[in-house]
Amino acid sequence: MCTVCGCGTATHEGDKRPGEAANEAKAPKEATAHSHSHSHAHGDHHHHDHDHDHAHDHDHDQAHAHAHATAAQNLDFGAGLAGVHVPGLSQERIVRIERDILSKNRSYAEQNRALFAQKGVLALNFVSSPGSGKTSLLVRAIEDLKSRHAIAVIEGDQQTSNDAERIRATGVKAIQVNTGKGCHLDAHMVGHALETLDLPDNALMFIENVGNLVCPAAFDLGEAHKVVLLSTTEGEDKPAKYPDMFAAADLMLLNKSDLLPHLDFNVGECIGHALRVNPHLQTLVVSAKTGEGLAAFYAWVETRAALARQKAAKNKAG
Amino acid sequence: MHEMSLTEGVVEIVREEARKQGFSRVKTVWLEIGALSAVDPSAMEFCFDAATRGTLAEGARLEIVCTPGQGWCLDCEKTVPLEERFGACPECGRSHVQMTGGDEMRVRELEVE
Repeated sequence: MCTVCGCGTATHEGDKRPGEAANEAKAPKEATAHSHSHSHAHGDHHHHDHDHDHAHDHDHDQAHAHAHATAAQNLDFGAGLAGVHVPGLSQERIVRIERDILSKNRSYAEQNRALFAQKGVLALNFVSSPGSGKTSLLVRAIEDLKSRHAIAVIEGDQQTSNDAERIRATGVKAIQVNTGKGCHLDAHMVGHALETLDLPDNALMFIENVGNLVCPAAFDLGEAHKVVLLSTTEGEDKPAKYPDMFAAADLMLLNKSDLLPHLDFNVGECIGHALRVNPHLQTLVVSAKTGEGLAAFYAWVETRAALARQKAAKNKAG
Repeated sequence: MHEMSLTEGVVEIVREEARKQGFSRVKTVWLEIGALSAVDPSAMEFCFDAATRGTLAEGARLEIVCTPGQGWCLDCEKTVPLEERFGACPECGRSHVQMTGGDEMRVRELEVE
C-alpha cells in the first residue's frame, strides 16, 4: 500500500463492512484520479519504503502505470485528497472516511429499536428542562395506566437515584442511569439498561432523559417518539429559543396547566412558537397535578402502543 | 457539553478506521461541521485535546470545515442561504423554508502514518 495516499488499498476492502459501500465506491475513482510519482523508475524521492508487513506487494508495472506515464507533466498531489496538499509527502497518507459522527450512537439506537419492535414495546423518550415535571407526569401516568399495560422506566440523571425511587414507589420497574458529567442519555447507556430491565412483551417503555433542552435532541435512543414537556412556569418562547428539541419531538405536553390562572402565560403564543419550529408537532395542555388533559395523552399513547403490538404480532406470525 | 461525547465519537471512528486500514498514528483530523448542526466548533476544539489524550490521535491537529446552511424556500421555489435552522427566507422574509443542508457532522478524512 502506498503510504502517501493510501492508494492500492484493495486488500483492505474485505475488511470493510457492508454499510460502507459508499467508501468502497470512491476507492477506484481515487485510485485513478491521483497521479503521484512513483520514484523507482524516475529516481526522484523515494516516498514509500515497503517496510510494512502486508502480504501484498506493489506491482508497479501494472497497478501504477498511469502515474508513471503522466507524472512528468501532471503532478497533481491534490486530486483525491480533497484538494489537500501534503508537504513533504513522507510517511503520511490521507484516509478518506466520510463518516457521520453520530453513526456509532445511531447503530446502538437501531439495536434498541429492533428489540422494541420485536417485543411490541412502545418506547417514548421524555425530554424537557429540569423542573418541567417529567417525573411527576410519569408517576401519574404510570398510576393511571399500569392496570392495563406492563410498564418499565429508564431514568436518566447526572446524579442520585431519587427519580427512580419515586417511580419504583408506583410498583413498576425502574433503572436509574447516572450520566455523571454527561448531559444526556445515549443509545449505548439505554442498551445497557435494557439488558438488566428484562422488558416484558407489549410493554410501555418510558425513558426519562436528563433535564436539558439542548443535548438530548441530537441523540436517538431507539425510541418511537420523543415527547417534549414544557411547563407554564417557563417562557412561551422556549420552542423558539431551543428549536432543536421541539423539531425532534412528535408530541409536546404543556404541563402545569393548573397554574395558568396565576400566570401571564399565553398558551396560544407558546404553541405558535412550537408549530413554527415543527409544523408536524402535536400539542396537548395537561396538568400532572389535577389530571387535566391527561386522557388525551393516554389516548395518544395507547393508540401507538396498539400499533407497536400489532406490528410485532404480525412479524411473529409472518 | 454534548460536544464531549461527539468528540469521543470522533475518536471512536478514528480507532475503528485504524483497525480496518492499518495505521497507528493520526496527525490531522478533518471534520465537516454544518453551520446549522447542533455543534459549537470551538467547544469541539476545546474537547479534542482531552478526548484524544492517550489515543492514537494524541497531539493531532483538528481542522474543522464549516459548511453553510441552506434551505428550500417553498414560496420562492429555490434554494436560499439559511442563517439559522428555522430561520426565514432572506428573499421573501417568510419562514416556509425547509433546511436542505448545513446540519452535517462528519469525519471527512484523516492524515495518518
